[in-house]
Formats: sequence, structure tokens, C-alpha cells
Amino acid sequence: MADRLVHLSNADVLIVALYFAMVIGIGVYLKRYTNTGEDFFLAGRGMSAWIAGLSFVAANLGALELMGWASAAYQYGILATHWYWIGAIPAMLFLAIVMMPFYYISKTHSVPGYLRLRFGEGARAVSAITFAFMTVLMSGINMFSMALVMKVVLGWDIHFSIWVSSLTVAAYVFLGGLLSAIFNEVLQFFLIWLGALLIPILGLVEAGGWSGMVARIHQNFPGQDYTHLWRGLGSFADNPMGIHWTGIVLGLGWVVSFGYWTTDFLVVQRVLSARNLHAARMAPIIGSGFKMLVPFIVILPGLLALAVLPEKLVGESVAAAQGGHSYNEVLPLMLARYCGPGLLGLGITALIAGFMSGMAGNVSAFATVWTYDIYRALIRKSATDAHYLNMGRWCTLIGVLVSIGTAYLVMQFQSIMDYVQALFSFFIAPLFGTVLLGMLWKRATPAGGVWGLVAGTLSSIGMWAWVKIDPSALAIIALSSNAKDMAENMYRALWSWLICAGVTVVVSYLTTPKPEAELAGLVYGCTQIPSERELRLTRRPIFWAGVACAAFLVLNVIFW
Amino acid sequence: MHNPGMVSIWFLIGILLTAYGLIITAVGLFEYFAPPAATTVLANLHPGLWWGLLILVLGAFYCWRFQPRKTK
Repeated sequence: MADRLVHLSNADVLIVALYFAMVIGIGVYLKRYTNTGEDFFLAGRGMSAWIAGLSFVAANLGALELMGWASAAYQYGILATHWYWIGAIPAMLFLAIVMMPFYYISKTHSVPGYLRLRFGEGARAVSAITFAFMTVLMSGINMFSMALVMKVVLGWDIHFSIWVSSLTVAAYVFLGGLLSAIFNEVLQFFLIWLGALLIPILGLVEAGGWSGMVARIHQNFPGQDYTHLWRGLGSFADNPMGIHWTGIVLGLGWVVSFGYWTTDFLVVQRVLSARNLHAARMAPIIGSGFKMLVPFIVILPGLLALAVLPEKLVGESVAAAQGGHSYNEVLPLMLARYCGPGLLGLGITALIAGFMSGMAGNVSAFATVWTYDIYRALIRKSATDAHYLNMGRWCTLIGVLVSIGTAYLVMQFQSIMDYVQALFSFFIAPLFGTVLLGMLWKRATPAGGVWGLVAGTLSSIGMWAWVKIDPSALAIIALSSNAKDMAENMYRALWSWLICAGVTVVVSYLTTPKPEAELAGLVYGCTQIPSERELRLTRRPIFWAGVACAAFLVLNVIFW
Repeated sequence: MHNPGMVSIWFLIGILLTAYGLIITAVGLFEYFAPPAATTVLANLHPGLWWGLLILVLGAFYCWRFQPRKTK
């Protein structure tokens, strides 16, 4: 056994064991309700707005959210909250109000499936293959993060953690498909909150409330601003993240955020499982309400660690070379600080639940895209529904095994979060350009869609390689040589989106568009969207989107 | 709910939370009367006891509100 932060009591072990029994039990129970491809890949399109909304948020509340952003909060302060507020809320509301009708009315199984309907097989193939590649990598990152926590906190062998957790996820997704993944995600959402919420509550008690925490941070880290969202963003050099407000607003708030929340099939799949268009529109709005609150269990513990931990945390490489704890251990350290027997088991369960929900999200989305958009489109076009259902099940297992392989690859990377953001800018930012133009611009042609997507993706990878080979290129890509990795990712995403949009527009004007009759149900101006005017005000999605938008603005003003 | 015969997810959540509430409350009570030598920060507030009770109440409510007979 390696060194560990805590020792689990019998009560803690019982709590963790009950969790594993429950998630497997749910998978076994739901297998009887998973008889068709629609059941397995889209949960029978029968979910309520609340279940789809909670699942929508929980699928994103994985290892990177819990571990990575608590770590980022310790390094960058409250700036990390931008990834939850401006980096999520406007995009979620945009998905609900503007984009969801097209996804839902077109009855697509996936985002690449929508691209096939709108732009043809070429766009679908490019987006499906890049998505499948990104998904198994993300899944590997999740596994690695979880294994790292288990090693640090409990001293568990890293390989044991990877295999046990991933095979558990494989089992329940194999049995119940998306239905099982969604049920478990809702369960995991509750556990994450109940297991993690005690840390900020007790942390604020210890620090003497918000003002006491801020005073302690100033005392521990004099001259640095960790507690203002916008004040330090006027210059690259004035904030610990090394980013300018244009990078946050245009790179994160526009391209990366809208790209992820509106076109990443991992999250969109949850909403497509809703039982009707109204539920599908309400689900992201409900999700946005909870998303706004997540910083209280993820970012606040990182800030509290700056205030109350007696030691200063360091980077992973420094910790490995000189000893001490790294940034990535901030959440487990806070857990060990406040949680005794029983609560510790609940906190560990919350972490495991977060890892599993993220992993299950990746695996179920991968199974769908592989089966419908790669296997059925490119390998075996006409088979029975039962055949594709079986393919989905076995693909779940294969996806997990490939993810395990990638987890071992991820171990070689120093910074988990920067790596993920780089992946987003490679694939998600251009995809958002293609989907957005496809939905809102009738003139966009199939050739424009394909070439825009390819050009955006290749240019993003090219910019990344350029900076790796010649670091001075950073001043061109990120507009400043002071920009740090995250800022570089934001700007690279912005450029790749602009290149994608530009190429799509130019090629579209050079090629013949589809007749409007073929765009019905796919494009704004050609689609009859059901009116919701007959609903009373408090039942309308637009009303609740307005409420969420107001809350978002108030929070930004409070923590300005 | 997706299928009329299916047990509600909220009921399953209620079962697990009730079990967790019972375990954590029991441990909290035990520590209240027999405090351990090694404690966590703010252990004097007995967070395990009141957090366990909170989870127990939440779990029991979900079990009652979404029990299969009521939701049919």
C-alpha cells in the first residue's frame, strides 16, 4: 500500500459497497426495459424534463469537474467559475430555446446524425470519427483522474481502481444502455451533492464566512486577487490565469461553451431522451439552474483551501520531485480535513459517482455514435434493429477497454485540464460552427459544411502544433506572449471556429444549396416550430430561460 | 416515467439515501457518546450526526413519496 490521506472505517466501506451494489442493481433491473435500439441508445425517448435535465448536468459532472476545477480554483481563484457561468449558462439556454427544436423535430439519434440530414454523409463521417476519438480519450482521462484520487486518498493501487470502476460502468451501461446511464446519473447527481456540500459548509464555518475566507486568502497570498471574477481581466498580466476578458467572453463564453453544450453529443444525447419537445427544451434550462450552483461544491472548496490549508500546494511535477501535495489533491485534502467516518465514505462515494457518471456519459455516447454513425453508415447499412442493439451493447465493452488503454496514455500528461481544453478546441469549436450555420442559414451547402468542418479541425490542430514547435507563435495565436495554456486554448478555439465559419460561407456561395423542401425540420425558416403561446407563463421554457438568465447576471455582478 | 411498470428512479434514490442516512447517523451517534481520539477539524460540531439525519429524512421522504404503489 502507498501513502494515503485517510483510512476508511467499516462504515465507509459499507457505504461505498452499497453504492456499487445499487448501480449494478439498476443496470440489471433496467435490462428488461431495454429491448430495442431506441430503448438502448435514447432511453426510449421517455424521460421527463427533470430526469433529462439532471442527467444533462450529471454527465458533465465527472472527474474533471470535481477534481480538475477544485484544483483550478486553488491555482486561479474564482476565475475558474467562468467555466460554470459564462462558460455554460448562455449556451445551455441557447440550446433549449434556439437549437433543441431542430434536434428534436428532425428525430435524429445523434449530432452526427443531424449533420447527415443537413449536410450529407461526409459531414457525418468527419464529426462521428472525431467525436468517437475524443470520447474514448475523455473517458480515459476520467479513469485516470479517479485512479489518482483513489491512490492519493486511500492508497489504492492505480490499476485496481481503473479496472474495477470501468468494468462496473461497462456492466450497467451494457445491460441498460442510456436508460441505465441516465438513472445512475440522476442517482450520482444526488450523491455528489450530498457528499461534497459539507466541505464548503464546514469550510466557511472554519474560515469565518465569505469575508473571513477572503481576508485569510489575502493574508496567505498577499498581492494576488483570487476572489473577483472580472476585475483582473483587463490585462493578461493582471490575473493568475494569464487571460484577457476577450478570451473569456469570445473564446470560452462563445465558442468553447456553445460548442460543448450545444453540439457535444455526450450532453445533447441526454436531452434527446426527453419524452416530448417541451421536456427537451425545459431539460437544459433545469440543468442550467443546477449548473449555476455547482461552483459552491467545486470552486468554493478550492478557494477555502487557499484560506485554511496550512501547507501550500504545488504543481504535479514539483510534488513528484520535492514531495508535498499537488493542486489536483485539493478536494481530497479538504475531504479528509472535515469528514470523519461515515461522511468520509459518502465523500469518497461522491467522487466515485462523479467519475462514473462522466465515464458512463462518454461510453453511452460513444456506443450510439459508433453504432449509428460509423458502423451503420460505413460498415453495415442494412441490418435488423436487434443486430444494432447487440452492436451497441458490445461496443460499450469495447469502448471501455479502449478507454482503459487511453487512461494509461493520459498518465504521461502533466496537466489534465489543459489537455482537455486542447481537445475541445480541436474538435468541438469547429463542429459548433458547422451545426450553427446548418441550423440557422439556409444557404449553407453540403460541401460548405464538410469543408468548413475539416478546415476548422485541421487549423486548430495546426495552431496547437505551431506553438509546440515555436513557442513564440503564442503571441500571434493568443494575442500575447503572457498568455497561459488555458488562454491559448480559448483563442485557438475562437480562430478555428472563425476559419470553419469562413470556409463554410465561401464554399457555400460557390456550390449549389439544397432545395428548401429538403431542409424542412432542419433549418430555421424552413421548420414549423410548435407554438407554446397557449401555455400559461410559468409553463413556458422562455420564461424559465429568462429567470435563469437573470440569476446568471446577478451572480456575475455579485462576484464582479 | 418511461415505462408504466417501472420503479421510479426517485424511489431508488430514496432507498439508497435512507440506508446512507441510517449508517451515517448511527456512526455520528456513536461518536457523540464516545468521541474518537483522532478527530477532524470542527468535529465538535458533530457534522456526521446532523448530516446523517438530514440524509435520512430526505431518503425517507423520497421512499414514501415515490413508492411503487403510489406512483402506479
